[in-house]
Amino acid sequence: MTDIIVTEDLTKNYGKISAVQNLNLNIHAGETFGFLGPNGAGKTTTIRMLTTLTKPTSGRAVVNGFDVVTQADKVKNEFGIAQQHMSLDRDLDVRENLELHARLHHIESSERKRRINELLDFVGLTDQADRMAMALSGGMQKRVMIIRALIHRPKILFLDEPTVGLDAQTRRRLWELIRRLNRDGTTIFLTTHYIEEAEALCNRVGILHQGRLIALDKPVELRQKLGLFAVETLTADLGTKYNYFPDKAAAKRYVQNLPQDLKTIILRESNLEDVFVELTGQKVSEG
Amino acid sequence: MNLLNDIYSVLWVDLRVLRRQWIRTLSTSLVNPLLYLVAFGFGLGQGISFDGYSYLEFVIPGIIALTSMTVSFSGAGQKLNVDRLFFKSFDECLMSPVSVYSIIIGKALIGVVRGLFTSIVFMLVGFALSPSLNIDIAFVAVLVLSCFVFSFFGVLVSFLAKSHQDMSTVSSLVLLPMTFLSGTFFSLSQIPEALKIVLYFLPLTHSSESLRAITLEQSFPWIYIFVLLAFGVFFFVMSMVALKRSSV
Repeated sequence: MTDIIVTEDLTKNYGKISAVQNLNLNIHAGETFGFLGPNGAGKTTTIRMLTTLTKPTSGRAVVNGFDVVTQADKVKNEFGIAQQHMSLDRDLDVRENLELHARLHHIESSERKRRINELLDFVGLTDQADRMAMALSGGMQKRVMIIRALIHRPKILFLDEPTVGLDAQTRRRLWELIRRLNRDGTTIFLTTHYIEEAEALCNRVGILHQGRLIALDKPVELRQKLGLFAVETLTADLGTKYNYFPDKAAAKRYVQNLPQDLKTIILRESNLEDVFVELTGQKVSEG
Repeated sequence: MNLLNDIYSVLWVDLRVLRRQWIRTLSTSLVNPLLYLVAFGFGLGQGISFDGYSYLEFVIPGIIALTSMTVSFSGAGQKLNVDRLFFKSFDECLMSPVSVYSIIIGKALIGVVRGLFTSIVFMLVGFALSPSLNIDIAFVAVLVLSCFVFSFFGVLVSFLAKSHQDMSTVSSLVLLPMTFLSGTFFSLSQIPEALKIVLYFLPLTHSSESLRAITLEQSFPWIYIFVLLAFGVFFFVMSMVALKRSSV
């Protein structure tokens, strides 16, 4: 499997604060990779370095064969990005926003219109094309930002917190879109602090904690290291305790041997959140 | 070829915005110069003659110069500042394979377009009131140059700005004093030597002096024009440095 993004000891310091420390990542061509971590862990800083907006303090990063510092101009053709915030131009309508991107990426005028119509149709926004970007709902804005990122047919799509602040239906619809893009061959690099999002979409996840990569593997492998089953026991004095077991039988045996006076016992499959909490001592959603 | 194309692409988006708001833009940007014209040209200056010209003839080129300054500065800098710092939609330009030259020139050009638009409308008003003013191709060329200088300045300040307020701070601390002192409303020959030297370090002095020299058909203001050109180049180069620095 070829690696489409490689970072070697990628580091970014802001003064004395280290945002990203010695990050070594390799993203496989064609996979959906999830970057997991609480707010402030360094996810966005990493993406900013990979998308040439921020220069690394040290180390290097290569995107589809091009160095992000010395070959920034070439890197810019290789990726598309939908940023975390609403980054459409509020003074333009949807079509103008898309056309701006097409112009900036040197798409010929004959191809421009065709490609924009095709993408609008792809996400069902053809009838919204003439509305101002501001007037759209959050989910529609996200979809416009995603197709904008796709106009120049990039090999890599960065999605920074793609579903933050969206309702459940809209989120599911975006997941469907992301899966479809990945099936069509686009490598997806997404950041999220929603565990279920990473589990639903990602072939592999990296967990970032205080600027350091503390785990990198397939979701199920990460769970396996911890134990595929979890038992939560609620005790009066100690709060909730978590124990992990490699299989259901082992978990059941443990439950049967527990003292009878315990209030609540939950036996369930473990998830990425358990992995995260055990690795960091912190809930993902905690800032 | 690619450079010109890219410059136009960067300008294109702001032209689309202007097309939607041009009536509002024109009317709001004309308020200032028209008020100056009424208050100073007709109110205070009535019956005064200045260096052998009526005060109205004297003050109109000054007001055109300051209009090119304020409208170009905010026309280039305002939206850029907000797009860069607040909405972050300027990232879209930075992440595209368009050179820094194209970005800076394209972003400055919208200031030039806006500055020229308002200045020329005001100029027509001035010409109607005072038809003896000489307005020729040289005048328009210097006006374009002046718009470029202050547009690049607007781009530079918006790149250096760390907050919203920085743009208006520069407006109050740099542009406003220039508005009143840089040979716009009164002749530099009337002020003390020491202050005069300071004023020659300000770009607007050279805009208003050269525009006035042309409208009043005095000797051709080569030196002022060269200094203005130098300011333009300086702001352009500094914008480039600032943009490269800002990508931390």
